Amino acid sequence: MVVRVQTEAFDAGDLLTEFSRGRTHSGGIVSFTGLARAATDGQAVATLELDAYPGFTEPQIAAMEAEASRRFPVQDLLIVHRYGVIAPGEAIVFVATAAEHRRAAFEAADFLMDYLKTRAPFWKKESGPDGERWIEPRPSDYDDADRWTEA
Amino acid sequence: MARVVLLGRLRDIAGWRERTVDASSVWSLRTTLAAEDPALGDALAGPAIQVALNKTLTRDDAALGPIDEVAFLPPMSGG
Repeated sequence: MVVRVQTEAFDAGDLLTEFSRGRTHSGGIVSFTGLARAATDGQAVATLELDAYPGFTEPQIAAMEAEASRRFPVQDLLIVHRYGVIAPGEAIVFVATAAEHRRAAFEAADFLMDYLKTRAPFWKKESGPDGERWIEPRPSDYDDADRWTEA
Repeated sequence: MARVVLLGRLRDIAGWRERTVDASSVWSLRTTLAAEDPALGDALAGPAIQVALNKTLTRDDAALGPIDEVAFLPPMSGG
């Protein structure tokens, strides 16, 4: 279980190779890479800036990993999240999950992304020709996260 | 003195991200910041603003010592 929050760009392929190495007891690995978009709701985005609070952001994400491993029979999880200024097309987030059987790996990755999109301690600002704006989660992001509410 | 950290849009409203402020509690810190910068004071008073003391969420009656770090957190955007 690893969480990395960093300003440096990363290569999702390299991360997946590293995460997959030596997994003789995993039946499946699922990975997700989130990219910065060049437009949101028709508005052009030149750069995305994510503000993080180092020392606070990582433990909150680690708690999400702990919750994912409580809910799903996974063997290992990796989350790498960038902050700082990110250009369109660059990767922002990488999630990888390893499990004995594929279903848990898919579900844990889906769960982690829904939680990251609504609860992760980042503050997001988009800059484009129309100026700057601070972004909050969309209603659909909350709906996605609500799918995992336990009865 | 406490170190104050502003996150997200609070940073843009204040025009700074980190500084030290003389205050004995989170509540008195808010009062001092609002007296210096009413726009920041209004933004900090919003119901959705959370406060962290030494990187753990806290409340306004928390006392502050000289090496404490207080952060004001607007609603989180998610990743």
